Amino acid sequence: MDDDIELAPPVIRLSALGRRFDSEPPVDALVDVDIEIREGEWVAIVGPSGSGKSTLLNIVGCLDTHTSGSYRFDGIEVSELTDKQRAGLRCRGIGFVFQSFHLLGQRSVIENVMLSDVYRRAPFRDRRARAAAALEKVGLAHRAEFLPTRLSGGERQRVAIARALMGSPRLLLCDEPTGNLDSATTATVLDLFADLNDQGMTIVMITHERDVAERAGRHVSITDGVLTEVH
Amino acid sequence: MRRSRADSALVAPSGMTARDLLNESIAGLFARPGRMVLTVFGTVIGLAALVATLGLSRTAGNRIVGRFDELAATEIVVSPKPSAASTTIDALPWDAPERVSRLNGVAAVGNLSNLNVGSRLVAASPLSDPQNQTAFKLTVSAASPGLFRAVRADLRTGAFIDSAHSIRADRVAVLGPNAAERLGITRVDQLPAITIGDDLYLVIGILDGVARQPDLLGAVIIPEGTARRYYRLAHPGLVVVETDIGATSLVSRQIALALRPDNPRSLKVVSPPEPQRVRDAVQNDLNLLFLILGGVSLLVGAIGIANVTLVSVIERTGEIGLRRALGASRRHVGQQFLLESTTMGFVGGILGASLGTLVVVVVSAHQQWTPVLDPAAPFLAPVIGGLTGLVSGTYPAIRATRLAPVDALRSGT
Repeated sequence: MDDDIELAPPVIRLSALGRRFDSEPPVDALVDVDIEIREGEWVAIVGPSGSGKSTLLNIVGCLDTHTSGSYRFDGIEVSELTDKQRAGLRCRGIGFVFQSFHLLGQRSVIENVMLSDVYRRAPFRDRRARAAAALEKVGLAHRAEFLPTRLSGGERQRVAIARALMGSPRLLLCDEPTGNLDSATTATVLDLFADLNDQGMTIVMITHERDVAERAGRHVSITDGVLTEVH
Repeated sequence: MRRSRADSALVAPSGMTARDLLNESIAGLFARPGRMVLTVFGTVIGLAALVATLGLSRTAGNRIVGRFDELAATEIVVSPKPSAASTTIDALPWDAPERVSRLNGVAAVGNLSNLNVGSRLVAASPLSDPQNQTAFKLTVSAASPGLFRAVRADLRTGAFIDSAHSIRADRVAVLGPNAAERLGITRVDQLPAITIGDDLYLVIGILDGVARQPDLLGAVIIPEGTARRYYRLAHPGLVVVETDIGATSLVSRQIALALRPDNPRSLKVVSPPEPQRVRDAVQNDLNLLFLILGGVSLLVGAIGIANVTLVSVIERTGEIGLRRALGASRRHVGQQFLLESTTMGFVGGILGASLGTLVVVVVSAHQQWTPVLDPAAPFLAPVIGGLTGLVSGTYPAIRATRLAPVDALRSGT
């Protein structure tokens, strides 16, 4: 795959990117971040708590905006986009997997997955079938009508992954995806990421666990808002 | 899964179909069904109160106005004009009842005169009790036999004055209920007597009520002939006429001429006011009162919706963050909360209108009234409910749109 990555176009390109919070005194959460992530890469961003890794993920996910430098997603300068366009980018180009799953407890598993289509004006006709296919991909087709409250932590995270995959995103952003899971379940989820990456999915994952990061093909480290390439 | 560099469609704004918006709003409402029911209940009460009060005001107003119309629209009172009375002693003739009853459309007629009894008091006992008041200053009226029908008097006990009493100038009296109470007389079977000054009168009847001339309730009524003989009554004070429904206009035009063909202008004929104007005035007063009551109830319901929607926004902060991450714009989030609150108001309106209508029907059935409800009220209630929900949900929706996605996600689901 390495040869492919060399040739693949960049999905994300951050150049001298900075994020300053106007608190008193101002805090530079990210300082001159330069990184290029190509299609099909699995990148783990590691760093201690408060290092700026979540801020970086929020900016890459268009949930927050940078205050200096440049961020290009698929060649498009994100800072030039309106709030509505960034919302469009999120729903069509980016899938999110959160540490706390963020599933709606009163909706069934398949309804949670179908939620991903709501803001894309996706047709109703095959929505359920595509959600079922996404659940099949994560091995949870048999839990489609369950409420999330009846699932284990690992199963909930797999539902969240299925929801993220529903719209065939360009990029999967994972914020501490194994933070709430035991080691056996962690391995299952990481195996799933490995499968998706093998199929060409670009994954950016932040974690503070070194052994989790080891599963990714590329490591970068962040400390006090400064990014360093590990390997 | 690999794709070429994204084209400009990738940055097209996110969108939401009306069906998705509706589905998400309804799902949001039913996520906490118990709370939704309680919230809707507030609007139901408010709008039920509004519809019921509107309906009952119309029904009761119709009833009141109906009674008023029936009573007022059939009454004519004739009296001598003050200037005429001073120059002409017998402005009203003694045979006024006979003259008027010959007119077409007259149902009942009677003379009524208030007597000037000077300082004479009315007492039920010849003995004077120093501890209690036994003699009272009461109105003493003289009535022709037909007056009791003309004022629609009901008798509690005994008998009315008849023409024989008047012809013979009998010393008999009928007491109004208030006068009887003050005098302590409750029955006539033991032939109670009263004194007017030093003159003894036999009480032959006690009234229960009158529909007209309410002064009679506190009066001692004696025969007209008796008044003429003992009190030198010069002429009748008033002629009270009850007409058939719809005949007042005709009778009031003819009555002065029938009574005083020589000088009809010496009489003052008072006929009922225009019934429609009276009806409108009464109904407007009632409607305003009940609308204020209904409005206050609705305001309470609106505050309930606003409160619950605001709590819902706070509780669902994590969900808002998730939706923003999935591509919802600020507008999509606001629309969903607005639709949820509007739906609650609308559903509350439908249920409230139904309940209000039911209340009107049940109360009317119980009172044996004819239920009257503006047909627009049940249909407008859901619209008003929806608008109430819309207005109530505006502030919480704005709060929801202002949440930054990162902060919202941090709060969890």
